[in-house]
Amino acid sequence: MGRETGEMKYELEDALKNDALRDAAVELLFQLADDDFIIAYRGSEWLGLAPHIEEDVAFSSISQDTMGHAAMFYQLLSDLCAGDPDQLAHSRPAAERKNAILLEKVNGPGTYLTEPHYDWAFAVVRNYFYAQAKKVKIESLKNSSYQPMAEAAVKINMELYYHLLHWKTWFSQLVSAGGEARTRMEAAMEKVFDELEGLFSMGSQAEEFTKHNLIDSEEALRTKWMQMMSPVFESLNLEMPDQFSMMSGNGRNGEHTADLQTALDTLGEVYKSDPAASW
Amino acid sequence: MIRDKIIEALQTVKDPEIDSVSIIELGMLEEVEITSNDVLLKLLPTFMGCPALDIIKNNVVKAVLSIDGIEKVDVKFIFHPPWTSDRVTELGREKLKEFGIAPPPRHIAETGEWQADCPYCGSTYTTMENLFGPTACRSILYCKSCKNPFEAMKPVSTMM
Repeated sequence: MGRETGEMKYELEDALKNDALRDAAVELLFQLADDDFIIAYRGSEWLGLAPHIEEDVAFSSISQDTMGHAAMFYQLLSDLCAGDPDQLAHSRPAAERKNAILLEKVNGPGTYLTEPHYDWAFAVVRNYFYAQAKKVKIESLKNSSYQPMAEAAVKINMELYYHLLHWKTWFSQLVSAGGEARTRMEAAMEKVFDELEGLFSMGSQAEEFTKHNLIDSEEALRTKWMQMMSPVFESLNLEMPDQFSMMSGNGRNGEHTADLQTALDTLGEVYKSDPAASW
Repeated sequence: MIRDKIIEALQTVKDPEIDSVSIIELGMLEEVEITSNDVLLKLLPTFMGCPALDIIKNNVVKAVLSIDGIEKVDVKFIFHPPWTSDRVTELGREKLKEFGIAPPPRHIAETGEWQADCPYCGSTYTTMENLFGPTACRSILYCKSCKNPFEAMKPVSTMM
């Protein structure tokens, strides 16, 4: 079984023969896929509304990459017999989604079509904190016992590098600008910290993930995130809270806000008009 | 050899967004499996969210099916090993330049910064305008010598 590198490594065939391993891998993949899927959608809503045209190019490119990563995870789910990738992306009701609530929240008041008063500070903070959390997870997944997930992590990491660099630049520049920029960034950070714990939570089956060596523990990932963020916070004279919250609930367990349902209705509208159509 | 014919056919399949460079020159072909009259081609996507993948797949099937004796062609995109920008061939690098795109830089500084020479005049006097460009795999730069904006293929490596 697997490769002889000391620790147990599992290929797709191994997972298909081992129900406990398969179920754990499926659960984790849903979290990873749904996180990327909804943040990519929220990013796409910014198209045409970003602060300047270069940012429109960059942000939409990042959203496209991220949607590509979601598609990759849905494909891995499909390989594990969890369903068709398009159906997994478009047809699952909100209660079955495993994304963190932080990522489903609307970009701000208004909608894409009507009076979009989106909050750029919130976009920068949410995307930066998410990109760093994703980086920490992807680094851990490179050593995952489940080989298809480890291989996907290597690929994703190369693209994520550019995303993280981008958001870190925005974050540092806006915070260090002082004045209204800093005030708004601090308000956005407060809002993001209120839900940030949801990114690190792995839900009710967390123990299964670590038991099968799929990914490091929630605690290890959170600690690593704080380590990576500390120098940035210190250089900008920002304070890191001792603890993060999940004020609106835990998305990993299917708890969500009305924002998610609205998003799913919008993004699935065309797909649902003819689910059998060929794309 | 049927294998040579397949490679030759794949030379005609270009990147839909850079129509002078073939998928072979971009280093996207990883494996050719031939079983009697069936061919399975394993390709490496450059960037995962690339919308051109489906078009490339269809064009590959069309090109390879035109070879006498081949009845069935399957194309599979795999991501292990990952595509890295050093897979672009020498010829590919030259053709990118002709198209006005600087080939992916071979050197990335420890800070993550990189430079690309102007594909038009060859000057090193260039500035980065936007790491992100019109497609996932390109960045936008500006040449201060000949005053042309240009694009460069992003370097990607497993060292990042």
